[in-house]
Amino acid sequence: MEPTDPELIAAVLRGDQASFEPLVVRYQPRVFATARRYARREEEVEDVVQEVFVKAFQKLGSYRAEAPFEHWLMRIAVRVCFDFLRRHQRNREMRFTDLSDDESEWLDRLGAKGDASPDASAAKQLVGRLLEQLSPDARLVITLLEIEERSVREIAQMTGWSETLVKVRAFRARAQMRKLLGKMQQEKYL
Amino acid sequence: MKVTELEKRLLAAARADRPSDRVPYAFEKRVMAHIAALPTVDAWALWARSLWRAAIPYAVAVVCLAAWLHFSAEPMAPADQITMDFENAILVAVEDSAIVF
Repeated sequence: MEPTDPELIAAVLRGDQASFEPLVVRYQPRVFATARRYARREEEVEDVVQEVFVKAFQKLGSYRAEAPFEHWLMRIAVRVCFDFLRRHQRNREMRFTDLSDDESEWLDRLGAKGDASPDASAAKQLVGRLLEQLSPDARLVITLLEIEERSVREIAQMTGWSETLVKVRAFRARAQMRKLLGKMQQEKYL
Repeated sequence: MKVTELEKRLLAAARADRPSDRVPYAFEKRVMAHIAALPTVDAWALWARSLWRAAIPYAVAVVCLAAWLHFSAEPMAPADQITMDFENAILVAVEDSAIVF
């Protein structure tokens, strides 16, 4: 039988460093999926995931087992991703002329018939570009609230922000996103 | 088209796009190698280093304080004066009770 999380954590805290490896194996797919929401290049994703596990190892002594290990680890993952976004903030403004033919066509179809599929790769690319334009906190809150559909309380626990701050940042993030979309649309139909 | 509608569609597209949870081969080995290479924190070494760093400033402070005390202290009262003060302090209670009775 495989050892449980608390058994492995206790072994690591006793000094058995190797017991951390099964924890990495168990949770790395989840951490990779989270990191891929914020980092685009694969080497950046790998660096983020590595940083998450190294931080988890260093802070393992502060884990109180009040919540499952996975929740504690995901909190670290979200914070590391937020730090990554802050370090790699891209300030370049997106212009309509930057859009690929597919993205432009998807927008046209959506405007003309309203039947553009949300599964289209063009839509995914477009939303990726749009998220890159947002400030780090706006991107984090939009990802957690609108894309991963987490509650305000969950986001507050994951980020360490108060619930009021999450709501304020969500409001500002939506406004920022609409402003960007409005600008893009205006540019397109001018 | 309204911006809110476009926003709704784009967020729906983002929700539909679940990121892959694929893990590169032997990634856990890379993490464990990195952890093994981390410098170990020896609490006793940190404590000893802090003590050594603090030793010189403390020694300087002690010398300064000793010099200041040596040069600024008033001359000691003569032995007779001390004896008198001691006697007064002991007998003050008896003198006070004699007044009451």
